[in-house]
Amino acid sequence: MTENGSIAIRAEHVSRHYQMGSALIRAVDDVSLEVRSREFLALLGSSGSGKSTLLNLLAGLDRPTSGNIIAQERNLSEMSSLELARYRSRTVGMVFQAFNLLPRMTLEENVELPLRLAEVDRGERAGRVREALERVHLEKRLSHRPSELSGGEQQRASLARALVNRPSILLADEPTGNLDSATGHEIMQLLEEIVKSLGTTIILVTHERPLAEKFAGRIVFLADGKMVSDGVKP
Amino acid sequence: MKAGDLAEMALRNLREAVLRNSLTTLGVAVGVASLVAMLSLGVGLQQLATRRLSRSGLFDTVLVTSRANLRAFGPNSATTRQGPATPLDDDARHSFERLPGVVEVYPQIRFMTEVRFENNPYPTMVAGVPDSSRGNGAFEGIQGSFFSGANADEAILQIEFAKDLSPQTATLIGKEIVLRYAERQSLGTQSATGASPGQADADTNGGFSIIPREKRLRVVGIVETEPAAGFGGIGNGRVLIPLSVAETLRAAQANDLRDVLRGTSSKSTYTSLTVRATGPSKVAAIEKSIKDMGFAAFSLLDATRNLSLFFTIFDMLLGIFGSLALAVATLGIINTLVMAILERRREIGVLKALGAADRDVSQLFFAEAGVMGLLGGFFGVGFGWVIGRAVTIGTNIYLKRQNLPTTDIFSVPWWLILGAIAFAVIVSLGAGLYPASRAARLNPVEALRYE
Repeated sequence: MTENGSIAIRAEHVSRHYQMGSALIRAVDDVSLEVRSREFLALLGSSGSGKSTLLNLLAGLDRPTSGNIIAQERNLSEMSSLELARYRSRTVGMVFQAFNLLPRMTLEENVELPLRLAEVDRGERAGRVREALERVHLEKRLSHRPSELSGGEQQRASLARALVNRPSILLADEPTGNLDSATGHEIMQLLEEIVKSLGTTIILVTHERPLAEKFAGRIVFLADGKMVSDGVKP
Repeated sequence: MKAGDLAEMALRNLREAVLRNSLTTLGVAVGVASLVAMLSLGVGLQQLATRRLSRSGLFDTVLVTSRANLRAFGPNSATTRQGPATPLDDDARHSFERLPGVVEVYPQIRFMTEVRFENNPYPTMVAGVPDSSRGNGAFEGIQGSFFSGANADEAILQIEFAKDLSPQTATLIGKEIVLRYAERQSLGTQSATGASPGQADADTNGGFSIIPREKRLRVVGIVETEPAAGFGGIGNGRVLIPLSVAETLRAAQANDLRDVLRGTSSKSTYTSLTVRATGPSKVAAIEKSIKDMGFAAFSLLDATRNLSLFFTIFDMLLGIFGSLALAVATLGIINTLVMAILERRREIGVLKALGAADRDVSQLFFAEAGVMGLLGGFFGVGFGWVIGRAVTIGTNIYLKRQNLPTTDIFSVPWWLILGAIAFAVIVSLGAGLYPASRAARLNPVEALRYE
């Protein structure tokens, strides 16, 4: 866990361009951003503004065309694919709009998956899984499969899976996008609670401005791959 | 990922597409079964040949002749050596008996004779059989029995000769035949009393006379062929009698005339001696020792080596044909895993987002291929064994109908079982190489977008 107020992750003139035939797509274009630890930051923007691409770059799932991303004093751009995998396993947790729970696994097995990948001892896993599921109030649904859960429950399970490795940064890509407003509200409350109780830094991608304004401590607007505003809530 | 977790996840993934993966595993099993069936046939035939030949006594014996003997064998024959030849006499026989690994030493006795049966004459070859042949399996499959004793006046007939005597060969057992032969008697000593029986002995120095004799023998058994036929003898013996009895007959042998002409020694000499070793592994050392003592010696070790070479090539060819089905099965594994990558594209993306390294993803696909190979290997060995049994049963039914002795032509040794399973796993892992590397190289962002 990073110290309160220190930089959790920093993007320096980050660009991500794609070549589509003869056209060059500037998905992210020269974005610089500093996110402090325990900060709840919302990346807002319309569809195609580059917010998910930026989130993928911050998650180490993609590499920038240019620029640097510094997390825990290490430059993601210079990491090997194995080091990036370790970074994704130990430093960040991810939540997706489509939940992405593995359908053939129970809730317990889904949440245990990051622990397996991080090679955590079997003896320690059950306690960690239970702890993560208690945090999202799903401890009684251990043996259920994702198909037996509601959308909100699936997203909460996804959140438990993202938290089970105790990451310092939680990256959420439209976590309320597939949920009704009440359930979306619940998820945002959970995220807010996680920042407060665990001190986790959260970077949330959303296009739902009211939710962002209500729960996030800072809102960054992206348009056409560029950062157009960066505002801290009073 | 830890090995236990990897195996658990691989098994879980295989269970998810159970029909497809079972069919792929079945393909591997069929491939392994074909390989096992082919190789076990090769091994079985090799063992059958080795067993038959070792029972024949050919591979644990050394034939010794004097270097003066024109019938000496091999490159060290008299024609290539200078100096007087060492006589093959009792001293030599005793020195052979003292060599390590020697069980017994006995002379080769074969002579032409006329058998009279129901007043009809049948010219044929008689051979003396040592009593030690009783327990070494050489007469396995005999119709009737072996000689009741080392000095019994009994005969065992070769089946073709027996057919000449009577089409109903079984009826010959217990009947009497008369052996008419030429007894060799020394010109100086008409009586053979005191002379070593069965030897081309001192009487040859002064020449010998031929006296026609008769010997009544009771038929006790019938064999397919004379064990050790054609090795060290002049043609196959068609009437076999105890060696001790053959020695007492003092029958004139084919080489006696030559011995008279050459005879310079005052001591008794043998035409040839058979030295039987405790096992084929001792034969080379015994053969060398005997050659070093100044005799011509010959064994069938070279023939054994050629036999091994033949069966190695035979097994290799069978293995190649057997592997063809396994090669087809590997295509099935590749197909199954490539399909799995397409179906689990999003899952691979999720795994990578959760911290799976490229290596973890490739290992997962490798493990799945390995599990299919392992299961296919186990089942394949089982199928192969069943095929082998079925072919053996079928072959034996056919052999029985042909009035031939049954035999086991398949053999599935431990090394073949373990080797086939290991081969199936290795081939499956090889088949998993491409899908595993393709899965590992998937871009996680694209994989997560995949619907």
